[in-house]
Amino acid sequence: MRSDKRSGAPTGLKIAAAAGLAFMHLPILLILVYAFTTEDKTYQWPPPGLTLKWFAVTWNRPDVWEALQLSVRVASISTAIALVLGTLCAAAVVRTKFFGREAISLIVILPIALPGIITGISLRSAFNIADIPFSFWTIVLGHATFCVVVVYNNAVARFRRTSGSLIEASMDLGANGFQTFRYVVLPNIATALLAGGMLAFALSFDEVIVTTFTAGQQATLPIWMLEELVRPRQRPVTNVVAMVVILVTFLPILAAYYLTRDGDQVAGHGR
Amino acid sequence: MSNVAITSQPRGDGILARLSDALWRRPTLFLVLLLAPPALWLGIIYLGSLFALLAQSFFSIDEFSGLINYEFTLKTYRELFIPANLDIIIRTTLMATCVTLGAAVLAFPIAYYAARYARGKWKALFYLGVMLPLWSSYLVKVYAWKLILAKEGILNWIFEVLHLTWALEAYLAIPLIGGNSLSVSYSGTFLVFLYVWLPFMVLPMQASLERVSASYLEASADLGAKPLQTFRLVLLPLALPGIIAGSIFTFSLTLGDYIIPQIVGSSRLFIGQAVYTHQGTAGNIPLAAAFTVVPVVIMGFYLWMAKRQGAFDAL
Repeated sequence: MRSDKRSGAPTGLKIAAAAGLAFMHLPILLILVYAFTTEDKTYQWPPPGLTLKWFAVTWNRPDVWEALQLSVRVASISTAIALVLGTLCAAAVVRTKFFGREAISLIVILPIALPGIITGISLRSAFNIADIPFSFWTIVLGHATFCVVVVYNNAVARFRRTSGSLIEASMDLGANGFQTFRYVVLPNIATALLAGGMLAFALSFDEVIVTTFTAGQQATLPIWMLEELVRPRQRPVTNVVAMVVILVTFLPILAAYYLTRDGDQVAGHGR
Repeated sequence: MSNVAITSQPRGDGILARLSDALWRRPTLFLVLLLAPPALWLGIIYLGSLFALLAQSFFSIDEFSGLINYEFTLKTYRELFIPANLDIIIRTTLMATCVTLGAAVLAFPIAYYAARYARGKWKALFYLGVMLPLWSSYLVKVYAWKLILAKEGILNWIFEVLHLTWALEAYLAIPLIGGNSLSVSYSGTFLVFLYVWLPFMVLPMQASLERVSASYLEASADLGAKPLQTFRLVLLPLALPGIIAGSIFTFSLTLGDYIIPQIVGSSRLFIGQAVYTHQGTAGNIPLAAAFTVVPVVIMGFYLWMAKRQGAFDAL
C-alpha cells in the first residue's frame, strides 16, 4: 500500500473492478442485441441477421399490452400507498424516541429482508383463510407491503438531514401544523419522496415472486415474462419486451439518482 | 416563494388550526396517529399472515384424504428431516453460502475501487454502474442468462471460437458441479444467482469501505505490513460489517428464490421450489409452511449474528 494518496490504484485492482462491472453489464447489453435478431426458433449466437420487424409484431400483441397495463396500475397504486405509509412511519421514527422504535424499523425492513416466497405464501394462505378472492387488490396489497421500505429509507435519510429548527421556526411564525407540513416539511422532503416513489414503482413493476402467489388469473408483465421463460413460445416477442423493460426501468433509476445525489447517497466521504 | 406564502396565510382559527394545536400539545397522540396507519398495515396484513402461516406449520396433512388435520402436532416438522427434504435444505444452504462467498470476492474490487480511488465523474459512474443492474428487472436478468447459457448461445460460441470447448467439457465432466451442459448444472445456477445478487453485495460493502480512513492503511504500511497483511489485518476487519450486511441480502435472497433454479439448473429442488410445489400442486400447506420456517430460522440466526457485528450501521 503506497502512502502517497494521489497515486493511482494498483493495476490488478483496476482490472478486477473493470471485470466485475463488465460482468454486471454485458448480459444486459446482450438482450439489446437479441431484440433485433432474425432468428425466431432458437437463441442462436451470433444472430444470423438483424431486423426491426419484431417491434411491430410486439406492438400488435394485445396480451403484452394488457400485462403492461396491469403492471402499471398495480405499481401506481402500490406506490401511492407506500408513499403515505412510508412517510408517516419515517416521520414518527425520526422525530421522537419511543418504546418499540427499533421494532417498527425492523417490521418495515422485514418484507424485504425475508425471502419473497415467505411474504408470498403467507399472504396467499391468509387470503385463503379469510376467503378473499384473488384480484387486482390482492396483488396491490402484497406490493404495497414491500414497497414501504424504499420510501421509508429515503424519507428517513432526508428527515435526518432536515433541521428540526425549521419546523419550530415555522410554528413560531404562526403557521399551524398543516401549514408547516405543506410549506416547510413537504418542500424539504419532496425530492426524497419522489426518488423513493420511483424506486417503489420500479420495485413493484418488476416483482414476480410475491405476485405469483397473490395474483389469480391476471398476468402482470413479470408473470407474462415468467411464463415465457419457463415455456418459450414467442422468443422474438420476449426479446423485445425484455429490452423495453430494461429501457423503461433505467429512466426512473437515473432520475432517482439525480434527485438524491447531492445528499447521502453519493458517499464521497465517510459518515 | 414559500416564505411569502407562509406570511400571507392568516393565523387560522378554523378546525384545522385547532386540530393542529391539539396535536402539538399532545405529542404522544400525534405519534400514535402517525404510526397507526403503517403499523396497522404491516402488523395486520404482513405479520398477521406471517403468523397465520406459522400456525399452519403445526398442523398436519392426512395422508389418505389429503385434507388438513387442524390439530397441534410437530409431525410436519419431523417430515422436514427425512433424507429427501434434508437434502433440499442442505443443498439450498450450501448454494447460498457459495453465492455469498462468490459475491463477496467479486464485489470487493468494485467496492474498494469505488470507495478509495474513484473521484468525481468516475464515482458517479461506479455508483450508477451498480445501481442500474441492481434495479433492472430480475426476470430480464435471468432471461439474459438463459440466452447466454443456451446450447447455441454466446458462451458456447466463445469457447468454440477460442478452441477451448474441450476445457468446458472437462469442467462439465466433474461430478456435482458439472452436468450435461452449463444450463442444467449447479454451476449454471450458481452463476445466475451470483449475477443477480452481486449488486446487493457491492453497495453495503462500498459504504463500509468509505468509512475506512486512508490513514489506517498508511499507518499499517508504515509499520511494515505487506499489502496482503494490511488487507487481512486492517482492511478486512474494518469492512466486515459491510460484507455481513451485503451477505444478508445475498444469503436471504438465494435461500428463498424458486425461479432461478427452476429455469437454470438441474431438476433437483431448492427450498423455494419445495415450498412452491407443496403449496401448489401437492396442496400440502402445512409442509410448505414448515419449509418456509427454515429460511426464517436461518435468517433470524444470521441477522442476530449480524447485529452483534454491527452490520446494520452499514445498511
